[in-house]
Amino acid sequence: MKNSFVILLKSPKFMIGAILFLLMLALVLIYPQINRKDPLEMMALAFQPPDANLWLGSDNFGRDLFLELMYGIQTSIRVGLIAGVFATVIGLIIGLASGYIGGMVDNILTAITNIFIVIPSFVILILISVSINSRSSLVTAIIIGITSWPWTARAVRAQTTSLRGRDHVHIAKISGHSTPKIIVFEILPYIASYVVMAFVLQTASGILSEASISMLGLGPYNTISLGIIMNWALVFEAPVAGAWWAFIPAALSIALITFSLYMMNTGMDEIFNPKIRS
Amino acid sequence: MNAYSRYFIKKLFWYLLTLVIAIALNFFLPRMIEGNPVSIIVSQMSQGMTDSDTIKRVYETFMKEFGIDKPLWEQFVIYIKNLFTGDLGTSFGLYPKKVTDILASAIPWTIGLQLPAILVGWILGNVLGAVAAYKKGVFDKAIFPVALFINSIPFFTLAIIMLYLFALSLGWFPLSGGYDFQKIPSLSFDFIGSVIRHHTLPFLSIVLVTIGGQAIGMREMSIYELNADYVLYAKLLGIRDSKIARYVFRNAMLPQITGLALSIGTMVGGSLICEIVFSYPGLGTWMFTAIRQLDYPLISGCTLLIAVTVLLANFTIDMIYGLIDPRIKAAQMEEE
Repeated sequence: MKNSFVILLKSPKFMIGAILFLLMLALVLIYPQINRKDPLEMMALAFQPPDANLWLGSDNFGRDLFLELMYGIQTSIRVGLIAGVFATVIGLIIGLASGYIGGMVDNILTAITNIFIVIPSFVILILISVSINSRSSLVTAIIIGITSWPWTARAVRAQTTSLRGRDHVHIAKISGHSTPKIIVFEILPYIASYVVMAFVLQTASGILSEASISMLGLGPYNTISLGIIMNWALVFEAPVAGAWWAFIPAALSIALITFSLYMMNTGMDEIFNPKIRS
Repeated sequence: MNAYSRYFIKKLFWYLLTLVIAIALNFFLPRMIEGNPVSIIVSQMSQGMTDSDTIKRVYETFMKEFGIDKPLWEQFVIYIKNLFTGDLGTSFGLYPKKVTDILASAIPWTIGLQLPAILVGWILGNVLGAVAAYKKGVFDKAIFPVALFINSIPFFTLAIIMLYLFALSLGWFPLSGGYDFQKIPSLSFDFIGSVIRHHTLPFLSIVLVTIGGQAIGMREMSIYELNADYVLYAKLLGIRDSKIARYVFRNAMLPQITGLALSIGTMVGGSLICEIVFSYPGLGTWMFTAIRQLDYPLISGCTLLIAVTVLLANFTIDMIYGLIDPRIKAAQMEEE
């Protein structure tokens, strides 16, 4: 484990992604400590262009967009991470159960997984969001998490099925180890690298999902996220007003965060799957 | 019965089951709203309406449609029955318009935009990815990060940036809509030209994002195939490079077809939001309006239609895949 971490540090792709991500995280965590103003406070006229005081200008309500952006990135990353945890944990449990237990359980779980892979998660996301009246960012994150697990479940199942027949698993079984113990010590270590990668991807797609759903006006209430900034810009016709600062920085932030996560994922992929190293 | 029709029937069964579940989700999820949805909705939408007669008529229409007084399973049966007759209810926001009529007017726009865009993006992306994997070097080093970056941009974000750049700043393309409003839809050159000009930007933004994702996938698959033993063997046999490239491309292509099937849901979702940015008169824009007006019948009509379309697309791809993948053919033969 320690060894693979050291190798990771040598992958330029992983390092670029990780550094970019951490820098961004540091910025959005530290800046609000320095500038302690309320991001929702109106301090200028609507759609003022960027200047020395308002680094990214003001939005339709005359709020400081740079400060909003900091809080937006924070929320988006948090939603992404929580969604990623939920999706990965659910996918892991279902994948392990169906791959290791096999038989009828496997058939049923695989059928459920296949069904939810085909029904667009986007649709379920909209239907649940429409039906829930009070959405905090935590609720939104959980909804995203429980609609995006099938990918992880399918891959974990495939790997577990192939691991189940390996000798070391048989030996553990003969030695009388309990099923949970076998899963934790004989199976999990072999799929750990994959699960970490899946988590990174799920986080990225969680951030994108949050942005899409907020764009539609179904985002969390009482908070600022990158998708919500974009939604405001669109609803209040910032593009028509020529106020590029109201949506381009938010758009690029979404792209940068997901890009850094994808980079980390690609770097890890090349380390853990030597076959695809070019 | 031959192997392929057995494969067909098996797939058909699974897709029908999936369809039933999609319909059930579409029915039950919006009914999780606490209390009497009809009175909540009607009170919300009739705010500002003073004519109590109209309010009462609206209320009665929806009471009848929702069948609130009946038990849930009976409502579900009614819902299914209505589905089969093509009745998706009445829109709240555009009362008394039928949801089916609204959707019917939106579908040609959405299909006309998305189908060509996704296909073009998919093909270009795969070719670029394969070339990047094969040529390696500078070409790969340049294409890969760019594709990765584009792939990280959500569909609608690229759409907004393009809208700002090409429609607002440069003024090359119109800002919104599917055609110029002063024109009457007809088959004249003038009208078609206007449609094409409005089509360009949303089309390009979907194509670009699709290219990014597909190129990455194809590059990875091609590198994987290029490292396979048969490539080395073929090289040792002295087979021409171009011929090997063809083998590699064909092998790497197969998983990309499944990839298309699996990601088509996400793509459709993304491109729907892209429509909103350009106020394109398709499904996405209607859904945006419906969500803002809490127009539940229209929302659930849109989601159902999207789910069904994605299922159909997946089913089609599965069928094609069964025809072209020798491994699936072999599996069909074995079962016999």
